[in-house]
Amino acid sequence: MNKQEEFNTTSESEKVYNILNLGPTHPATHGIFQNILKMDGEIIVEADPTIGYIHRAFEKLAEHRPYNQITPITDRLNYCSSPINNMGWHMTVEKLIGCEVPKRAQYMRVIIMELSRIADHVICTTIIGQDTGATTGFLYFFQMREKVYEIFEEICGARLTTNIGRIGGMERDFSPVAWEKLNKFMKEFPEFLSEFQKLIERNRIFMDRTIDCGPISAERALEYGFTGPNLRAAGVDYDVRVAMPYSSYEDFDFKIPVGQNGDTYDRFMVRIQEMWESISIIRQAIDKMPEGPIHADVPEFFLPDKEEVYSKMEALIYHFKIVMGETAIPKGEVYHSVEGGNGELGFYLVSDGGRTPYRLHFRRPCFIYYQAYPEMITNGLLSDAILTMSSLNVIAGELDA
Amino acid sequence: MDPLIIKAIIVLIVFAITLLIATYSTYAERKVAAIMQDRVGPDRAGPMGLLQPLADAVKMFMKEEIIPSVSNKWLFILGPCIAMLTATMTGVVIPWGGPITIGETTFDLQITDLNIGILYLFGVVSLGVYGIMIGGWASNNKFSLLGAIRASSQMISYEIAMGFAIIALVMTTGTLSLKEIVLQQDAGFANVVYQPVGFVIFIICAFAETNRAPFDLPECETELIGGYHTEYSSMKLGFYLFAEYINMFISSAVIASFYFGGYNFPFQHELANALGMSANALSILQVVMFFGKIIFFIFLFMWVRWTIPRFRYDQLMNLGWKVLLPLSLANIFVTGIVMWAMGKL
Repeated sequence: MNKQEEFNTTSESEKVYNILNLGPTHPATHGIFQNILKMDGEIIVEADPTIGYIHRAFEKLAEHRPYNQITPITDRLNYCSSPINNMGWHMTVEKLIGCEVPKRAQYMRVIIMELSRIADHVICTTIIGQDTGATTGFLYFFQMREKVYEIFEEICGARLTTNIGRIGGMERDFSPVAWEKLNKFMKEFPEFLSEFQKLIERNRIFMDRTIDCGPISAERALEYGFTGPNLRAAGVDYDVRVAMPYSSYEDFDFKIPVGQNGDTYDRFMVRIQEMWESISIIRQAIDKMPEGPIHADVPEFFLPDKEEVYSKMEALIYHFKIVMGETAIPKGEVYHSVEGGNGELGFYLVSDGGRTPYRLHFRRPCFIYYQAYPEMITNGLLSDAILTMSSLNVIAGELDA
Repeated sequence: MDPLIIKAIIVLIVFAITLLIATYSTYAERKVAAIMQDRVGPDRAGPMGLLQPLADAVKMFMKEEIIPSVSNKWLFILGPCIAMLTATMTGVVIPWGGPITIGETTFDLQITDLNIGILYLFGVVSLGVYGIMIGGWASNNKFSLLGAIRASSQMISYEIAMGFAIIALVMTTGTLSLKEIVLQQDAGFANVVYQPVGFVIFIICAFAETNRAPFDLPECETELIGGYHTEYSSMKLGFYLFAEYINMFISSAVIASFYFGGYNFPFQHELANALGMSANALSILQVVMFFGKIIFFIFLFMWVRWTIPRFRYDQLMNLGWKVLLPLSLANIFVTGIVMWAMGKL
């Protein structure tokens, strides 16, 4: 599909190009990105992206923080699904210190991670709708994200930057209200999702807009290092939850939806299907939820009760160590990855035995998608560029770290 | 009384009603959108937020007026003026109801019955594109310019199909006067029965002409940040937004008069006879019915806007030139053949 040729009427030498500065503060870029576009009318001839507008030096920052204080940093990577980032980080440290998390905590983590995957996909799919002009789908379905955040609020007290869970398990069990809200959500969400699907999915205009919009082939996607829904939309069935199961994902029965063309429509559909799968995983986790402790026996990462701090010496010592960040960590080097909201979120951690990591690297899927972005939008129309951006679900916080 | 003064009064009334309806369309739009999206909508100003349009207007007037130093100042001011002027001028030829007799004199509820009313309407509507084009160009902003280019190409493309749809209507009615078109529908069926395809083409083009979704590419808040009115502020922005709502109101009135019998409604004379209504009472009832139809079409405009996504630029052009234009030509052709076969030529 070469739209440039279709409209090309003048010879190359007499052409005048227009430079359009898309961003850094453009309402459609959902974050701070800059794209300097060389335009031939409405067609993008060349795209030159700039990154780093909200670079916050997270990797450097992490080198100066004790392990439990790095969790809030991970919140601010992909802030649409922060619990997944938190869990990924906890699991990385657990891998390093070799701690076995109890089943109940693992299942609770699965529920929380799938809820945040739903929240992430709700944002992405509705934003695709919004960028095609279907505002109603966006505002109507967006309520569901609110419901997910209410559950998070009940579990950990925060909504967006959750800082949920602790190294070695969860900080507390789900409260009765949290269960109630979760069950209510499980009842409501499928209705809302199928309503949203009916509104958008087979809409002629929406299909015309998104099919063949910003496509990427499976080969190119793999070369760039795509993962997650964007790679699956191109037809590769790679999912970290299945390839390298963590947190008891092997206990659950779920499908991995795959697309064909890697265009915006496929990315949209893969995400919609993944929401259905997430629902089924949560349901299985609720049904199979085992009894037992919610935290592994690693007291150096789990803040003791205040009463115990005042009455027991052990608790007082651990309390002091955690608060002052003096927990001993073994030497070592680990890589752990989780299936984040929009791709494989990896943590590469090198420890030299000190109180802080020697080096911590985040493998951020958005950083990889954004490298392919200029290639995907060249020779397309301006409207397609916006849609491609929203369907890749590039989050500025994760891109710039 | 001097007929000139009477005309002036009618002009004032029509103008006031146009503005009132346009103002409350903004409120209605927000309420309709809110209901469709499971929200509350404006409810702070006055009971149920009914004073919201007033508050908005005051806000618009109080805002700081910014004229970019790189813009062409005269054209920058001229743009919204043209948009507003052409929008309000179209209401002139629309017949709002049957005649009202007070004492000896009979008043037509129409400002003027031009015998080329349709041509006038069409001419004024096509002038409206200049407001957008000039405003977008004079802002000296690339996003505005893109919006202006989109607007002008879109309006020109869709005007042709719209014109052809009207030609088929003119063939069946045999007149260019809006009043006569409406009067003809008193006796028989509404024109939509004779011209269903023409109606569909006309209403699609009306959406495009008023820059409403799914044809709101010139504004297109996602990619063009408001398009041609990106650089505007204060009441100049208000004029552009307001012109859109006036256009919507007038388009609804035109659709109602062309295809849905204007102020006529089914069994009106039977009803008037049965209830023993005077001619004046019937006329007033007709005005009410006409406004009912208009409000329905305004609602249709909003309903569509909040339901479906918008087209891409090339798809819009394809629809205009490759679908609507041939279809409207075929419509003229078929209308001609049917009329010839029925011996009406």
